[in-house]
Amino acid sequence: MILLVPEHAAGTLRGSARELVTAGRTLQAALGGEIHALLLGPGAAAAAAEIAKYGVQAHHSEDAGYEPFKAQVWTHAAAEAATMLGAKAVLVPASRSGLSYAPRVAVRLNAALLEDVIEVDSDGATVGGKRFTYLSRVTESSRTTALPVVISLKVNVLAPAEAAAAPGAVAAIDLPAAASGVEVLSQAKASTGGVSLDEASVVVTGGRGVGSPEGFTRLVEPLAATVNAAVGATRAVVDAGWRPYADQVGQTGKTVAPNVYIAVGLSGAVQHLSGMNRSKTIVAINKDKDAPIFKVADYGVVGDVNEVVPELVKLLKG
Amino acid sequence: MKICTILKQVPDAEASIRTSGDRVDLSGVTFVMDGMDEYGVEEAIRLREGGAQVEIVALALGPKRFEDAIRTSLAIGADRAVHIETDETYDAISQARILAEAVKKEGAELVFVGGKEADWDSAALGPALAEVLGWPHVDWTTKLALSGAAVEATHDTDSGTETVKVALPAVITTQQGLNEPRYPTLPNIMKAKRKELRKAQPADYGAATALTRLTGEAIQVKTRLNKLFSGDAVESATALVNALRNEAKVL
Ligand SMILES: Cc1cc2nc3c(=O)[nH]c(=O)nc-3n(C[C@H](O)[C@H](O)[C@H](O)COP(=O)(O)OP(=O)(O)OC[C@H]3O[C@@H](n4cnc5c(N)ncnc54)[C@H](O)[C@@H]3O)c2cc1C
Ligand SMILES: Nc1ncnc2c1ncn2[C@@H]1O[C@H](COP(=O)(O)O)[C@@H](O)[C@H]1O
Repeated sequence: MILLVPEHAAGTLRGSARELVTAGRTLQAALGGEIHALLLGPGAAAAAAEIAKYGVQAHHSEDAGYEPFKAQVWTHAAAEAATMLGAKAVLVPASRSGLSYAPRVAVRLNAALLEDVIEVDSDGATVGGKRFTYLSRVTESSRTTALPVVISLKVNVLAPAEAAAAPGAVAAIDLPAAASGVEVLSQAKASTGGVSLDEASVVVTGGRGVGSPEGFTRLVEPLAATVNAAVGATRAVVDAGWRPYADQVGQTGKTVAPNVYIAVGLSGAVQHLSGMNRSKTIVAINKDKDAPIFKVADYGVVGDVNEVVPELVKLLKG
Repeated sequence: MKICTILKQVPDAEASIRTSGDRVDLSGVTFVMDGMDEYGVEEAIRLREGGAQVEIVALALGPKRFEDAIRTSLAIGADRAVHIETDETYDAISQARILAEAVKKEGAELVFVGGKEADWDSAALGPALAEVLGWPHVDWTTKLALSGAAVEATHDTDSGTETVKVALPAVITTQQGLNEPRYPTLPNIMKAKRKELRKAQPADYGAATALTRLTGEAIQVKTRLNKLFSGDAVESATALVNALRNEAKVL
């Protein structure tokens, strides 16, 4: 059987949940057995009812100890459920949380790990996956030598599954949150308003060329608002304190692959490109016609962001 | 307190990556200590400078060429190093099993690991290492302070940031923002040559069997249209919006 551990926000499934089902179905075709899902934390029962519509046998534990996320606590739950149900594959989204506990689950189950994959396949005895390496410039294929396998699945890559004709069963599972050596002292939500970088289909990222924090308010945010985009930033911008780290795109920030990526006043350093070079359409605005970002851009404007961006906002609103 | 900082040697970010057949070909590439791992060495030094009694041991698992990166870590300020030398490639989980044994033998209470490796684009080593050790881990750490037998750490999460308190022993994965790693000065580079760099083998730390194997590597760069508009701002903005709406049909 295949175990999914989808994420939800207070009972509402995250977009990645349906992608897990898609990957789960691909593996099921070769591995056989049922697809099960484990939903954890307050709202798990509602999220379980939701995921069951995809023909998945859903288990939920509402224990408040699963919120906020703690890697060891989730590791314990996923590993226990995988053992109890006899999972050949455990699938989690490659969110920050997923990337944080999937390796621990693999160690605990003595399983192979396929990390941050964009594609999975199986021949019944092993599981293969594709992922990006070398700052996202190389696509690597690897295979497990045996099973079980723990897989973290890159978000926003696979087509979301459609509901199944016959829904799965929903049941509570007796799986209290384990103790953890980590005590959460405080939390701060990212200041990014509206659209989240991880799930946005359009991203507008500002670089040092935006000039100042006010430049973000005056240029980047209005442009993002007109096209319903999330706002990103380069490391130079984050280092300067203009935007929070949570907004950073690149090797040391977030990896995004939206339909449209609009680069505003950024040069296109390799470390930045590694976080966005898989975007479907790339647009760049830069006053330097030789800026490296233009090499990866589909469309570009050579010009001053202070002049070009307000025009774009006007035109896109119209 | 003993601190282990785990490090890798990776292609310089500016190096262009080639393939030959269905594998990445690293011949002729310039290698450097992974930038992500520098933060760990720097943080360990800062703990010492903050008054803690620490010994900083750099640990690396990899081929002979890793020596250069290990010397860099000694020049930044690690006290000594253990190089588990091997030409074998291990997946992150088997690496973690070997390195965990080395950490145990050292008797370290705090381990720093780079948050994301620049060659594998992998964030798995830190969490896997912590699990093998049975320790907690904090990933993507941007702020760290000792507090008795515990550390307080601020790190990035899916929804923002979070400050946690973790009793030692623990694994911390590092990233930019944690500190600004110092450059190895010439005198320190000279001094590093005299520091202990002990060689070991994976077998010294138990054999780990790889659970995955690499089957192919390919460079697939999407061809881009590279259509540039320049000149008058109003005209080029209009041309861009037209192209996006009518040609690419994306907005
Ligand atoms: C280990 C490591 C990890 C890193 N990780 C990341 C990462 O995750 N993300 C990241 O982004 N970077 C990362 N970097 C940093 C990266 O190398 C670059 O330094 C950074 O991306 C540069 O940011 P920038 O493009 O905003 O600034 P710059 O390189 O300074 O570029 C500014 C651009 O704006 C243009 N410009 C200036 N004024 C205007 C104007 N008025 N109108 C139009 N254009 C204008 C300029 O022509 C220039 O091209 C990393 C570096 C290292 C060493
Ligand atoms: N929170 C934890 N983090 C890491 N390892 C743990 C943790 N709890 C238990 N272990 C180890 O994992 C194995 C299974 O323990 P348990 O989670 O109690 O079933 C045992 O070897 C424990 O030492």
